[in-house]
Amino acid sequence: MPLQAESSKVVSNLSGAELWAETLSPGEHWSGVLRRGTSLRLTALEARANVAAMLYNYESLGERYNMADTLKAQHTAFLTAQCACYSDMGRILCSITADTCGWHDTICGLSDAAMVESHYGRTRFQEQRNEFYKNGRDSMLNELGKYGLGKRDLIANINFFSRVTVDERGALQFDEQHCRAGAYVDLRFEMHTLLVLATCPHPLDPAREYRPRRVALRAWVSGPAPQDDPCRQRCEENGRGFRNTEMMFLP
Amino acid sequence: MSNTPLDLRSAVLDQIVPAGEPWMGTVERGQILRIVDLEGNQAVDTLFYNAHATEERYSAVDTIRAQGNIYLTTGTELRSSLGATMLTIIEDTCGRHDTLGGACSAESNTVRYALEKRHMHACRDNFLLALARYDHALTKRDLPSNINFFMNVPVTPAGELHFADGVSAAGRYVQLQAQMDVLVLISNCPQLNNPCNAYNPTPIRLLIWAAG
Repeated sequence: MPLQAESSKVVSNLSGAELWAETLSPGEHWSGVLRRGTSLRLTALEARANVAAMLYNYESLGERYNMADTLKAQHTAFLTAQCACYSDMGRILCSITADTCGWHDTICGLSDAAMVESHYGRTRFQEQRNEFYKNGRDSMLNELGKYGLGKRDLIANINFFSRVTVDERGALQFDEQHCRAGAYVDLRFEMHTLLVLATCPHPLDPAREYRPRRVALRAWVSGPAPQDDPCRQRCEENGRGFRNTEMMFLP
Repeated sequence: MSNTPLDLRSAVLDQIVPAGEPWMGTVERGQILRIVDLEGNQAVDTLFYNAHATEERYSAVDTIRAQGNIYLTTGTELRSSLGATMLTIIEDTCGRHDTLGGACSAESNTVRYALEKRHMHACRDNFLLALARYDHALTKRDLPSNINFFMNVPVTPAGELHFADGVSAAGRYVQLQAQMDVLVLISNCPQLNNPCNAYNPTPIRLLIWAAG
């Protein structure tokens, strides 16, 4: 088994009361609301999982995850432990309190129906039943529609468990060895958040076989970030991002 | 694409956009849009919408994934949120444009620089005001990640993201041909806090030529 990436960090406190746990079937799309002060562990039950995610402020759905603001506030092109996931309003939707994976992509987007058909072949429910090939964009639109959202709300997403590096000339390279079975990432929600997930393969995964992986979800009560929280202290920018967020929850 | 230089006098639009101001307009399929960095190192924050169905709009991540590269330059097909090619970059005398850095906003300025920076004019305020004036029910929901023409945001192989001095210079330009009728939304960036525009926002020139 490959050694754990050096950048991996485990800082989560799992001592809080468990709220619920679910397992996503391969290819399943999912949505739910995570309240401020709860945490969610995403676990890749098999190697080479990918979990596309979009996040919205559940109290004001126009406020949503902003890839650019997240990356430039933290001078990073990927997400890992101690990173905050920023909204477009200078606030933090969730922060990453633990990560055994070391790198999560947020610059490569989703697969769509045409890509999935050309890469993996054509399937329909009529023949394959629930084994038909799902794609990232339609999975997101499916879940977004349940909240009155749609095409206007397709945002640059996170691809948890996927690593795509950029060379000196800007070219992308998908890391096929990155996600190991059992890898997990913990998200602590700093505001009431609508979380939308799709478990289709990463759009740059070159594997010819369509085989999304099973992913476990487990939510627990973690409480909000303490003053000495590593995510808050990662950089001065995050200190201000937490301050902006906490202003919404003052009595 | 023709190699014959376009005649400036035949442009159907030739307009200066002052530093820090928005611009909104339509470019029809086949038309050519040129954006000129008049004084050098200006950042031109830009979004595109399908003019007939604005829920289809420019997508940074689809553009990056489709070409397998994070930088935009000649040959880049600007992709929509629904996978279509909206415009193609047909000429680029700058060499590299960003689509990861997004647009500055009053709120992100408080995070990036200081709480006291909230009052400063920002691209997303330009975008919001232009959309409100346009009066077609476009709102903040319609502001995805944009392009920053002439801006230099290098990413290292280790995944670090930097805001570096510009690679552009006075008179450099980028030229795009529309593959569908597009609505163009520009904020000629007013940012005074980072080196993307050498701390000195300057005017740009927009030119549009009819389909050839």
